[in-house]
Amino acid sequence: MGKTFQKPEALTDVHTHYCPGCTHGVIHRLVGEVIDELGIRGRTVGIAPVGCAVLAYNYFSCDFQEAAHGRAPAMATGIKRVRPDLMVFTYQGDGDLASIGMGEIIHAANRGEKFTAIFVNNAVYGMTGGQMAPTTMPGQRTTTSPLGRNTEETGMPIRVAELLSSLATEGYITRQTVIKPKFINRTKKALKKAFTYQMEGRCFSLVEVVSTCPTNWGMTPLDAIKWTEETLLPYFPLGDFKTPEEAEAVSANA
Amino acid sequence: MAKVLMKGNEAIGEAAIRAGCLNYFAYPITPQSEVAEYLARRMPEVNGVFLQGESEVAVGYMLFGAAGAGERVFTTSSSPGVSLMSEAISYIAGAQCPAVFVNIIRGGPGLGGILPSQGDYFQSVKGGGHGDYRMLVMAPASVQEAVEMVMTAFPLAEKYRNPVMILGDGLIGQMMEPVEFPEHLRSEPSKKDDWATNGMDTRKSATRNLVKSLYLDPEALNNHNLLLKSKYDRMKQEEVRYESYNAEGEYQALIVSYGTMSRVCRTAIDHLKEEGIEVGMIRPQTVFPFPEKAIHEAASKENCRVVLSIEMSMGQMVEDVERAVMGKRPVKWYGKCGGEVPTPEEIIEVVKEHL
Amino acid sequence: MQSEVMFAGFGGQGILMCGKLLAHTAMQVGYEVAWIPSYGPEMRGGTAYCTVVISDRPIGSPIIKNPAHLVAMNRPSLEKFAPVVKPGGVILVNESLIPVRSGREDVDEILVPATGIAKELGSVKAANIVALSAFVARSGIVDFEAMREAVREEFSGKEKFLPLNMAAIDAGRKSALEQPETETA
Ligand SMILES: Cc1ncc(C[n+]2csc(CCOP(=O)(O)OP(=O)(O)O)c2C)c(N)n1
Ligand code: SF4
Repeated sequence: MGKTFQKPEALTDVHTHYCPGCTHGVIHRLVGEVIDELGIRGRTVGIAPVGCAVLAYNYFSCDFQEAAHGRAPAMATGIKRVRPDLMVFTYQGDGDLASIGMGEIIHAANRGEKFTAIFVNNAVYGMTGGQMAPTTMPGQRTTTSPLGRNTEETGMPIRVAELLSSLATEGYITRQTVIKPKFINRTKKALKKAFTYQMEGRCFSLVEVVSTCPTNWGMTPLDAIKWTEETLLPYFPLGDFKTPEEAEAVSANA
Repeated sequence: MAKVLMKGNEAIGEAAIRAGCLNYFAYPITPQSEVAEYLARRMPEVNGVFLQGESEVAVGYMLFGAAGAGERVFTTSSSPGVSLMSEAISYIAGAQCPAVFVNIIRGGPGLGGILPSQGDYFQSVKGGGHGDYRMLVMAPASVQEAVEMVMTAFPLAEKYRNPVMILGDGLIGQMMEPVEFPEHLRSEPSKKDDWATNGMDTRKSATRNLVKSLYLDPEALNNHNLLLKSKYDRMKQEEVRYESYNAEGEYQALIVSYGTMSRVCRTAIDHLKEEGIEVGMIRPQTVFPFPEKAIHEAASKENCRVVLSIEMSMGQMVEDVERAVMGKRPVKWYGKCGGEVPTPEEIIEVVKEHL
Repeated sequence: MQSEVMFAGFGGQGILMCGKLLAHTAMQVGYEVAWIPSYGPEMRGGTAYCTVVISDRPIGSPIIKNPAHLVAMNRPSLEKFAPVVKPGGVILVNESLIPVRSGREDVDEILVPATGIAKELGSVKAANIVALSAFVARSGIVDFEAMREAVREEFSGKEKFLPLNMAAIDAGRKSALEQPETETA
């Protein structure tokens, strides 16, 4: 029983710097558990983004590289191409992956690079103090959309999972969240699936995790969860958007 | 106009508007995100353009496009972001478009830190991007000076049809000081019909304009580069700016320092004076063009025994100082670059060590 | 003459605003001023501090290792910064949150229960104004009424907070002037 509260071996004992109520910590833990359960810590390399998770390398006890803002998928490509036997994951925010790094993630996914991208979507730039992100909701106030996101000028929030699943290349693309225990279990399953596909050398995988940023949303952690449920989840539906099995089924039918 | 107390970053944003630039594109990065946050509120009030680009790579080209179309435009960023913009800066210089870039430098290399630094001296003064180009680079030492430099940057960029950079450090961006926005520095954008792609109808012309940097013919490219060079030579003739401090009389040592660092040196010089040690200072306000002649002359003064280049970097400007002094006096470097700015006490020690 | 005041406390205690109000006052009465914040990752939930430099001539170094005065709103900032204050300066200790003293004999240390006073007045949010007022009253660094004006200006447009902050000013001054001058060298 006591075991469940133990830190996964893949995580260090270091206290994280994340704000109270931030979901980065939960996601780290899930990734750590999956790495433990698959027994891959010794051959895993993580890639830290530039964003609140820039210090992720302090919290995982596997090898880590730190990327430039948005470039983690290109670095992951570099590692996987020269060392396909290594297990590689990127851990990226929405500014990192969907704004400055959109080019890198699309091309990595389209080439079918066999790494796992963990995409933390909290609808805002956390680290730099709450500016608008590509995933910011219409009308949502941020420091660079002080009157609320005006979609006439900045377009609609980008649904990364849907966008990437439109690529013809095989892949595992899913969206999950960690705001409630039942969702946490599903996220963990999705992460395990993603890492397993990678382990089998099968396909690119991306797990989008709808997350909270109470600090920059200006909410209590509880209100942040409520806002996520009421505002984010209707726009960012959960579930698998693409699996390699589906793709196989389609081609078998053709 | 009465003085107002403003943070450097916000004053920079306001200065651009007061100068007559209503177009701003940027990507957030510490320690200058306040410029974007300020202009996100302010630009709509003046019917200006504010857009948060998807990356600094994109922002650089947004500036290229807007400048090529003949509009005044500017951006602000910090070191890693400026690295990404450097590609566009090279294209903008090559295509001879006016645009203003503000770099609130943070410590590097790589992600480095977010505290003040002057580690991008080489990047801004010697290149950054590829090819033979130069930027006119001004380095403010106070919030008021940042305002004035931003305001003068636009007409200068247009005079030379070349990018102009304001090189500030994190402290200039984060500090609050009283500022005024001098009315006389407001300027009308220059006529750009000769070259800008502002539409043939707009300029009532039957000939098209081309904004480009491609010259496949070697002779044409050489000629193009000679033309660019002539502009940079003209900058050296006409745009050198510096301030001297305690340099009228005799002194035993000469300090060359710019930006926030020069203010620390100024305090050190005052203290040294009280102890009976005279030290002069030349503070480059433009780091390209560099005040070579002034430094050479100041270093050549009879009692001056040593020249100290004091900078928040591991010795970048010192190479230009050495070039200016031309072996007349020994040139020494002192600096720090982790984000901790050397204190006046440290500078006093350093000066004494070298006397 | 140049003087420097360091304001230090927890993020959220209104430290930066306190400094800004002093800088604004000094500017209004004709001094050169600079307000220098600490910025960086330490801001996240940690301590906040800023330094205000007031001078009758252009301000040189914005890097101040030894401020003339200190307003300490919490214990870590008193412990960290009290030792660097110049002899003869004022150290204001927010007595409500700080159970210790500066341990300095060569400064004018005043104990102001800023947080407690503010709470009594209706909101702990006004603790920074209590401290500012007490500090200005004690140090005489700027004209007291000019400071009151600056605070009034700050809260124009936020009228409902004005009475609280005006009361904080009076209470702060009272608290500072009640205390005997400590013997300083
Ligand atoms: C080239 C470059 N531009 C900008 C930055 C500044 N920067 C750091 S993190 C960040 C955005 C972080 O937001 P996100 O990716 O959503 O992650 P979060 O902090 O919300 O977890 C930015 C713009 C940088 N480090 N490098
Ligand atoms: S700023 Fe937001 S994303 Fe960053 S640690 Fe705090 S809550 Fe999490």
